[in-house]
This record gives sequence, structure tokens and C-alpha cells, in this order.
Amino acid sequence: MLSRAAANLYWLARYMERADNVARILEVAERASIMPNSAGEPQSEWHSVVIASGNEQGYFERYDEISREKVVHYLTVDTSNPGSIRSCIEKARANARAVRTVLTSDIWEALNQTWLDLIGDKREDVARGELQAFLAWVKERAQMFSGGAHATMLRDEGYWFLRLGTMIERADNTARILDVKYHILLPTDEGIGGGMDYYQWTVLLRSVSASRSYYYRYRDTLRPWQIAEFLILSEEMPRSLIACVAEVHSLLDEIAKLDGRRHECHRLAGQIYSHLRYARIGDIFETGLHEFLVEFIDRNHRVSDEIADAYLQ
Amino acid sequence: MEVNSYRPVDHCFDEMMRTRTAPRAAYQKVREWLAAADPASLDLRRREAEILFMRIGVTFAVYGEGGDPERIIPFDIIPRVINGREWDLIARGLEQRVRALNQFLVDVYSKCEILHAGVIDTDLVLRNPAFLPEMNGFTPAGGVFTHVAGIDMVRVGEDEFYVLEDNARTPSGVSYMLEDREIMMRLFPDLMAAHKVAPVEHYPTELLTTLKSVAPSSGGADPTVVVLTPGMYNSAYYEHTYLADRMGVELVEGQDLFVDENRVYMRTTRGPQQVDVIYRRIDDDFLDPLTFNPNSTLGVAGLIGAVRAGHVTLANAPGAGVCDDKSVYIHVPEMIEFYLGEKPILKNVPTYRCGREADRAYVLDHLDELVVKEVRGSGGYGMLVGPHATKAEQAAFAERIKADPDEYIAQPTLALSTSPTFVDQGIAPRHIDLRPFVLMGAKGVSIVPGGLTRVALREGSLVVNSSQGGGTKDTWVLLEEPC
Repeated sequence: MLSRAAANLYWLARYMERADNVARILEVAERASIMPNSAGEPQSEWHSVVIASGNEQGYFERYDEISREKVVHYLTVDTSNPGSIRSCIEKARANARAVRTVLTSDIWEALNQTWLDLIGDKREDVARGELQAFLAWVKERAQMFSGGAHATMLRDEGYWFLRLGTMIERADNTARILDVKYHILLPTDEGIGGGMDYYQWTVLLRSVSASRSYYYRYRDTLRPWQIAEFLILSEEMPRSLIACVAEVHSLLDEIAKLDGRRHECHRLAGQIYSHLRYARIGDIFETGLHEFLVEFIDRNHRVSDEIADAYLQ
Repeated sequence: MEVNSYRPVDHCFDEMMRTRTAPRAAYQKVREWLAAADPASLDLRRREAEILFMRIGVTFAVYGEGGDPERIIPFDIIPRVINGREWDLIARGLEQRVRALNQFLVDVYSKCEILHAGVIDTDLVLRNPAFLPEMNGFTPAGGVFTHVAGIDMVRVGEDEFYVLEDNARTPSGVSYMLEDREIMMRLFPDLMAAHKVAPVEHYPTELLTTLKSVAPSSGGADPTVVVLTPGMYNSAYYEHTYLADRMGVELVEGQDLFVDENRVYMRTTRGPQQVDVIYRRIDDDFLDPLTFNPNSTLGVAGLIGAVRAGHVTLANAPGAGVCDDKSVYIHVPEMIEFYLGEKPILKNVPTYRCGREADRAYVLDHLDELVVKEVRGSGGYGMLVGPHATKAEQAAFAERIKADPDEYIAQPTLALSTSPTFVDQGIAPRHIDLRPFVLMGAKGVSIVPGGLTRVALREGSLVVNSSQGGGTKDTWVLLEEPC
């Protein structure tokens, strides 16, 4: 497969995943902001959103202060923000258009229709105050994309590079969401947090669609160390760090089988995977959750760079 | 306007109506269908077709007019029907014409017999900007220059077909031929079932067979074919993706290819892979910055060297454009007689070369009846349709001709045939043309029945180009005569 085509697929998937994730964090923040007795500053929830989306610097270059309206506009429809949902979908579609030949028509049409709706019917949704409907639509389109890919794409390099993009981006997003909230997971003397902590934990789980599955998995009340374990070390949780890394690791293995060559990205991915596989949540808390997450984000980023180096150029 | 009140334009051959009230046999069923259909439901179908085109992304790009550059070409839901006998005549004429054009190209890049025999003026060919001295003495694999030719034709009478121009460089539009058929099958399955329409969807397979047949002898057992596109900002990008997709080959850009020791490779995830045949949709001038335009970023450095070394085949071959120049066009009937010893089956439109004094005088005197074209113009730009032009426009054009006579030719304004077309006012006659696509490989010529029918949607207009408000129609060649 052409290196350029592989790169287009990889980035197409990353941008769709990013759009999906921005929609998720906004959805949860919106929910949090309508709850009574928010602790701390009234705007801190929106500030967290900007940080978790990885757009903090860009935001403050444009705005002096955090407000719901500004954050929402900036992260949804702002064409000047390269990380807004609109920009992500635009770039996803442009990447898809450049590799139409390796996409099935189902995927292409899903993406193209998403783009046409975005600049058509959906254009004014956010300005009209229909944020929830808009975000639900974004998530639906993202799932239509990944569902279409899963159901229709040939299982060869093209699919693997697409999945690699999804997994690298997803790992990055889960790690960022965790990092923004890491302080609420730190062990305290109380066994179970007060009402506010409890509420924050729910928000955290919801933003990675893990609230129901947490209860299903642990059959227990929310406990911070269990939440951290679930989102970091639980392979059955599809948005956990280890689940993403495990898939990156096995996708790279599949790709290596084609030509027998292994690269630095294989070594790095293997290292991260085994590190997570044999880690214990207690040890992670001991060395520092924040430090752990920062290092993870950095290594995940390096895997992405090495993949590009080995295959995409 | 309902189909029962449809009236052909005076002095114009109409594809549907034999007389003012009697239909031609081939259109009998189409006319019945139109008579039975409710105009509102036809309009609904038309809009449905537009949505489908937009969603599939069958678009072309118009830059510099602001807004979203991606547009769809208007699609007319009323098919253009050609009966089997007519198609037989057209197909024989096309094959003859393309064979002669190809032989002409082989000749002018090798022995120049036609020039030595004095049939065609030497300067006209050798000083033509489309003639590439770099290709002198080179004959491409299988002796084929014009692997894909798009021949623009019009009809003016029952058996009167004229060729307006030959496109032997990188003719486009075939994806519309194929998508128009797809859409018709989706929208009007019953109407199609009532006709025996010759299929067209095997075009990509025919194209792939053609391309593989001209692979260099050094190529592998199964040659690697690619489509070379200038990229997603090219107006025909959709077509490039479509053809690569349907042939199951890679769609590459210049940056994906490189040349090493006169061999062409593409950069893949598994390292370099050698390429044998390149179906290029890039003009000659941009192919190779080492040989032609040094500023080209679309091409591949060293490509022409690889071609000349015989390690890769380009389709169409570089330099093929010299046969589709409008001043060379005039001599195609002579080429047919010279190379094939046959009488031309398809007619050429009488053409005046403004570079000749007598011709020029006639043209300047008759600007109100002639169509004047730039010798190297295309896309319907830079032309004057005399009968539709104002006195001021004619005068302005006269000045341009006088200033640079060699750059212009003129032809009588043909009464292009009309076909029923669904427009805002209902069903009305509109002028059409036809661009069939002729494939030529090492083993011969193949033509998918039909081609692209373009329609001038504005009332009275004779300009069918999509850049000038033209639309397209599905083109049906009937396998059997209706009883």
C-alpha cells in the first residue's frame, strides 16, 4: 500500500476519534455544569474541558477568560481552531477524499454526508442552543464511521493503519481526560468520597462511556483506585490505556508479518504494553498518577512518530 | 411543458421526434414513459439524483468563484437513445479514426512519411507546441500512443455524424458516463428493464486490459498499473479515484513515485515497488521537471528517461497531443486515406484556418455565421459562436483574429441535434453532443457502447461544456431495434 495512502487512513481515523472525544468531554461538562452546588470556581469544569481537549494554549491566545459559550464555540464549530469538531471532521473528510480508492463506499459516503450536513443543516445547531443534539449527532456519525470500517473494510494494511490511528488517538484522549481529573482520584482518608467526589467520578467515567461497565465489572460502589485501575489497566475496558496499547501492539505485529521487518515503533509499543500489563495500580499511585500519565502521553506520542517514520513517508 | 406538447426546434434534427408529432422508433418507449409520468415525480427524481451525486461525491471543482468549490454537473434524467444501427456506424467510424490518429503519431515521431509525401505541412506538425522533440525516434510499447481517446461528435441528421474534435491527451468524463448509468438504474429500473440497453460498466476492466497489454516487456508477469493524478484539487479528481478504484490499482501522485536507474518505483509501506504502466492524468508539460516544465511539482523527475529506456509505459504516450490540435484536425480525413487507404466514415466539419489569407478573409466576412475557436483552446473557453454573438463581440473577436491569425480556426455553425430534456419549464428540446471513449491496446481497439452525452441546458445554447452550464445524460445504445 502507498505510504501516503496509509498516512491518510491513519490521520483520517485519528481526526474522527478526536471529534468523537471532544464531543464526549463537552457532553459531560454540559451535564456537570447544570448540576447544583458545583464545587470550586463555576468555570473550572469548562477549563478542564479545554485542557483535556489539548487546546488550552490556542484557547488563551484567543480568549482572556473561560466561559461556557466561548469554550463551546471554540471546540465545536470554530474554523480557526484546528482541534474543533468542525476542523477535525473537515480534515478527516479531506484525508478520506485523498484515499477514496482504499475506502469502501459505505465509509466514504458516511464521512462525506457528515461533512455535507456539518456545512448544511447542522451549521447553526450550536448557535441555536442545540448543543446536546449536535454532540449526539457527532458521536453517532463517528460510530457510523467506525462501524462502517469494521463491517466493510478488507482486513489488510489499510484497515490496520486506520485502527492504529484510532487507538493511538484514543489512548491519548483517555490519558488526557484522566490527567485533568487525576487529583480527584488521589487516595484520601475517607474510604468513600463525599457527594461531590462521587459526582466527579461519575463524570470521569461517563466521559469515556464507562459508567455502566464499571458497575458491571466491579459490582461495587465507586472507589477512586478502582476507577483508575479500570481506565488504565483493565484490558476488557475498550477505552482503557492498556486496551488501546494492546491493540496498537497487535496491529503492528500484523503489519510486520507482511514484510518481516520490525521497527522502533514495534519495540516501543511492546515496551509500553508489557509495562502496563505487569503494573499494579498501587505502584502507579505510589510513583505518582500525574507523573505516570504525563510519561504515558509522551511515549504514546513517540510511538506515533515512529509509526510515521517506518511506514507513512 | 408536457411531452405531448413537445415540439422540435425548427431546422434541427431531434433525437426523439421524426416529425412534429411522430416519434422515432428508438424513443417510442421513452416517450410513452414521459407521457405517463407525473412532472412532480420526475422533479423529485431529479432532485434525488442530485443528492446521490453529492453524497457519492461525484463532483468537479470550480475555483475562483468563491464558496464551496465542489459542484455537481447537472444530470438530466431523460436518457439519450442511440439505436443499434446508428451505433454500429459510429463505432466503425471511431475505430477507423483512432487507428489513423495513432498511426499518424507513430509516423511523425519516426519516419515522417506523411510529411515527406507532402500530405500535411511539416511546420504544422514539427513546430506545433504539442509536438515533443524529446520523443523523436521513440515508439511506445505495442506501437500505441493513444490508449484512451475521447472523440467529440455531434449529429445533424438521420445518418449525419460529425467529429468536432479529437482528444488524445487526457480526455475526461468517462466517470460520468458510468455514474449516470448507475443513477439511472437506481432511479428508473422499470424503464431500463423495458429497453435492451448495452451495458457500460465493464469500461474499467477494458481499460485495465488495455493498459496491461502495453506493459514493457521487462515488466513482471502481472504488470503493476497505477493511475497518476495531479491530486485532490484537480477538477477531475473524482474520476481519477473512480477509475483507480474500479480497476483495483493504486492512485498515485507525483510525490509517491521516484525514478532510480530509469525504473519507476512507488513508495509503499513495504518499501519501493516497481511500476510498469502509468495511466497518467497529468499534462505532458508537468510530467517530468527534468525534461519539461522545471517548476512542476506534480510530476516525477526522470520519468521521461524511464519511458525512453522502455522500462515504463505512459498512457497516453507523451507527445500524443499533436494529433488533437485543431489545425491538425483538418487533416484527419487525409490521414485516414494515407494510412488506411479507406474513405472516412465520420465527417469532419469544414474548417477555415485563419492563418491562410483566403480563409481569413472569408472568416472575417462571415463572423455572424461561423464558430471561431482558439487552435489550442478547450473547455468551451475562448470561442465565439457567431449567430449568438452581438456585433460588438464579433468586432472584438475580429481584432483578436487579425492580431494572431494562426491561433484561430473557424467552422460553420452546426445545427446540433436536440434531445428532450427536463428543465424548469418541463420537457423541452436542448442541444446535445456525444463523447465516446475509444481504447487502444497492443491487441486492438475496444469501445464501450455509448459514451458521455453532454447537453446545453440553456435554451438555444450550443455550448455543452460543464464549465459553461452544460449537463450530462445517460447514453443508451439499444441492443435490439424496438418493433
